[in-house]
Amino acid sequence: MLLQQLINGLTLGSVYALIALGYTMVYGILELINFAHGEIYMLGAYLGIIILGFLTAVGLTAYSMPLALALTLLLTIIFSASYGFTVEKIAYRPLRAAPKLSPLISAIGVSIFLQNYVMITQGSTDKVFPSLIGSAGFTVLSTRVTMLQAAIIVVSGIIMALLHAFIRSTRTGKAMRAVAQDRSMAALVGINTDTIISVTFIIGSGLAAIAGLMVSMYYGLVNYFIGYSAGIKAFTAAVLGGIGNIPGAMFGGILLGLIESLGAAYISSEYKDAYAFIILIVILLVRPTGLLGRDVEEKI
Amino acid sequence: MSLLDIRGVSKHFGGIRAIEDISFSLKSSTIMSIIGPNGAGKTTLFNCLTGFIKPTKGTIVFAGTDISGFSADRVTRLGIARTFQNIRLFGGMTVIENVMVAQHATIRSNLFSIITRTGTFKETERSVRETAYEYLEFMGLESAAEHTAGSLPYGAQRRLEIARTLATGASLILLDEPTAGMNPLETDGMMQMIKNIREMGKTVIIIEHDMKFVMGISDRIVVLDHGVKIAEGMPKEIKNNPLVIEAYLGKEAH
Repeated sequence: MLLQQLINGLTLGSVYALIALGYTMVYGILELINFAHGEIYMLGAYLGIIILGFLTAVGLTAYSMPLALALTLLLTIIFSASYGFTVEKIAYRPLRAAPKLSPLISAIGVSIFLQNYVMITQGSTDKVFPSLIGSAGFTVLSTRVTMLQAAIIVVSGIIMALLHAFIRSTRTGKAMRAVAQDRSMAALVGINTDTIISVTFIIGSGLAAIAGLMVSMYYGLVNYFIGYSAGIKAFTAAVLGGIGNIPGAMFGGILLGLIESLGAAYISSEYKDAYAFIILIVILLVRPTGLLGRDVEEKI
Repeated sequence: MSLLDIRGVSKHFGGIRAIEDISFSLKSSTIMSIIGPNGAGKTTLFNCLTGFIKPTKGTIVFAGTDISGFSADRVTRLGIARTFQNIRLFGGMTVIENVMVAQHATIRSNLFSIITRTGTFKETERSVRETAYEYLEFMGLESAAEHTAGSLPYGAQRRLEIARTLATGASLILLDEPTAGMNPLETDGMMQMIKNIREMGKTVIIIEHDMKFVMGISDRIVVLDHGVKIAEGMPKEIKNNPLVIEAYLGKEAH
């Protein structure tokens, strides 16, 4: 029972972590809470269904399922990243010099726009993600783990490790850290800060799209408002770990998934969605910088 | 031909004329100092030169290109880099990373290349690291390469900031009070390092208050007062210029 809940929590938490990374990276660089980020996750889920449907229609899924899934993942990432890139360019970049509240309001506007855009183009009813892998799975220590759960945990783990290595040691990763620490100084050592901001949105959106695709496969149902609650929870995860802190977002996401899953099993499943917010309130009261966050003086 | 040509540059902040109609030019491989009392407009001039702020009037021609109005990163890629009076390192990154990140400038980067470049990442990464290490050796910081930049002692942070400007590949280096807060020994070391930078073929402009330092290092000196250039010349000409003495000490009592 406990192990089962831990597996469920880890699955959920991996997804929160992937989305939380997008929040935290954008916050680290722009000090903007990108409220439209949950919508990119939702778009990822829809794009996954559309692309997989298309690949099935042309016969690729029947030919080779792994190939179809890999191609779906790749195309979903590319399309969602284009959405993220475009949102930044249209809705945030023109407000770069404006007071901090302006891009925040713009983000809320983008969020509402994208929800309605999907509702109008895709309809307001649930879309079903075709069950491809079914409920196949394996049993470890008398605990049932589905292939999909294992895939979500493994894929998320690999992606987070890659992201960590990317930010740690590539030139672009270093430039991202430099921009996060001091944007105008980064420009003075020759870094094109606009490009780096775009890259940040592209990576964050790609991660959210992966999460969206995996969750829609996991739950099998998608609708236009799933981005809201997933977004808010992932945001909570980012705050829990310390907003702006990348390992913090990974840690916060997984911790939140575990808390939700264990809370639902041992306390009450009625309040499943409330645990995230109870934690958010407690963290803001007790340790506003997050679990891994450090006190930083307010940037000017 | 001169490397830098400043023609009639002014910067106004509302009604305040921070600098007014400044002109001078500078040859390659020379050290120029800009001096003047506090509030003379020295740092504003630096900010205009680096694209940090845009001049209200006038043109800045660097290596044949009119750079007035260019963004900061573009100016850096063309070859002007600077340090700050209050040190601005990337404090959370290591010493060598601070230098490596500045080498970004020497490589053409656009979105496409950033995404595709990761393939050849290993080789370029190694050569970037080696070059960064050379800059650290040049500034005497090689033993601190893996330390966090923010943990370095003050003098070393200043040297790291200079190493970082060199790593951008800039041919014109602007140093804003490089010896501020240094003891006489460190100041002498800094003087030698700046001379070494000139020997590399680079051009240096320094803002400095330490007159002994300025007179000892400069090939040319420009004097600003209240945003206006009041004198320009070799150190010995400046030393005896009555306008300069007046700006610093006030009008002699009659």
